[in-house]
Amino acid sequence: MSDAEVKDQAHASRRRFLLGSAKTACGVALFGLGLGFYGARQSEAMPYYAMRPPGALDEKRFLAACIRCGQCVRACPYSTLRLAAPEEKVATGTPYFIARQIPCELCENRPCITACPSGALDPTLTDIYQARMGLAVVMDQESCLNFLGLRCDVCYRSCPLLDKAISLDAQHNRRSGKHTLFIPTVHSKHCTGCGKCEKSCVLEKAAIKVVPLVLAKGELGKHYRLGWEEKSKAGRSLIPEQLDLPDRLPEFDSPLQPEWKP
Amino acid sequence: MTDSKEIGALAISRKGWLRSHQWLLLRRTVQVVILLLFLAGPLTGVWLLKGSLAGSRFLDLVPLHDPYIQLQGLVGGHVPTTTVLIGVLLVGGFYLLVGGRVYCSWVCPVNMITDAAAWLRRRLAIEEGMRLARSTRYWLMGMVLLLSALLGMIVWELLNPITMLYRGLLFGMGMAWLIPVAIFFFDLLVAKHGWCGHLCPVGSFYSLLALGSPLRVRANGRQECIKCQDCYAVCPEPQVISPALNGAEQGRGPVILSANCTNCGRCIDICAEGVFSFGSRFHNQ
Repeated sequence: MSDAEVKDQAHASRRRFLLGSAKTACGVALFGLGLGFYGARQSEAMPYYAMRPPGALDEKRFLAACIRCGQCVRACPYSTLRLAAPEEKVATGTPYFIARQIPCELCENRPCITACPSGALDPTLTDIYQARMGLAVVMDQESCLNFLGLRCDVCYRSCPLLDKAISLDAQHNRRSGKHTLFIPTVHSKHCTGCGKCEKSCVLEKAAIKVVPLVLAKGELGKHYRLGWEEKSKAGRSLIPEQLDLPDRLPEFDSPLQPEWKP
Repeated sequence: MTDSKEIGALAISRKGWLRSHQWLLLRRTVQVVILLLFLAGPLTGVWLLKGSLAGSRFLDLVPLHDPYIQLQGLVGGHVPTTTVLIGVLLVGGFYLLVGGRVYCSWVCPVNMITDAAAWLRRRLAIEEGMRLARSTRYWLMGMVLLLSALLGMIVWELLNPITMLYRGLLFGMGMAWLIPVAIFFFDLLVAKHGWCGHLCPVGSFYSLLALGSPLRVRANGRQECIKCQDCYAVCPEPQVISPALNGAEQGRGPVILSANCTNCGRCIDICAEGVFSFGSRFHNQ
């Protein structure tokens, strides 16, 4: 073989190698593009009906931590938790529960959290009542029996933090004109999102629902101060006493103005 | 070369059916026993292995964790816990000793599916089909790590057929069974040894784990080789055999050094001349 032929062969084999590598890289990149978009969509917020187990890190960090091993599911004594199948909206293999089916019973010994090896369920959450899986909201005030003036109270009674997470606030019943409405009112300071209220709602479809916090919570502007809170914090009103200016009455004896008569 | 339907006929006539399938039978037993260790809990209430292949606890005590999943979590920004680190060291250390792709041929449930596809492919004499580069899996493995870093999540677990199949069997299948079925037909009709041999990033990660693992298949009896090609026909990674089997003239030793050898032992079974055996990577002359 002449030198030129050897050179040509080397050139051809280099060309084959580079083209082959480029082809593979291109195929993998295309696949990666699809997988990347799919993954990005999965890392968005959870669907409204799905709750993470207690102590779950926020969704973005949860998906880097949870290894989908299912040990929390095994630890749950009430079969509340399940792992998402690939066709579901929840990220494949991750644990969640649907409150209307089986709510979280808030076990004080936190079996799901202690079973989690990865730290996706935060082990520093020692008080189960500090869990914030979601927030209960009375979504349908038109069909809630208490809003209609009845004394259903079932969500209130079933709440593990009765009178803290849900209270009944008395309001005047303007329809009857003489009765009281006992309005179930959720307090986010205490609500764990366990979903027992949603599970127990007597309606065909629950009027009170647990939804993810991002969906349920609004947020005041950072500059807002609630006057009454500031006042109680300071122990006094923060604005000085209002000046009581003397009332100025029309001067009836002015020669320029006629006397005023009603 | 023998006819495709007669692969292994010589070994069977020489050694008997059982001895020419011994490693295969042992391998299937191990694969099924591991699955049963997991299934015993939900089925009978006797908890031996709790969790799944991604992570589990043996006898409620010893943590076992998949290193590739943890690596994705790590580049995604999650620092592993001590429990997980112990689990990764136990699993990683074990495969470091016996060969990383022992995971593929002795543990992974998808192996049974792709082996079945490869068997049927031989029976039906389906030609090779789509040609993928063997290196595709490394590109994929790298891409998964890159995506994990970019998205801050364990990306491959969205698709991983291995853990999906295990989760399906242990926790409820949903539509997850479609993925192994798709892999079976991909391997049968589209690409020979397509999934495990060319694409799976988990297997390619385990192969890198075991670059120096001491347990290897050796072609110690290579001078007895009668070039019947049966080992190439049954091997899921046939490119690994040749350097060891035919390398005597180039001064290469008899050890199959490629990390892509899965230590499945099928070549040992199928060889009528007893060329292959398990051994160490050392004394490679």
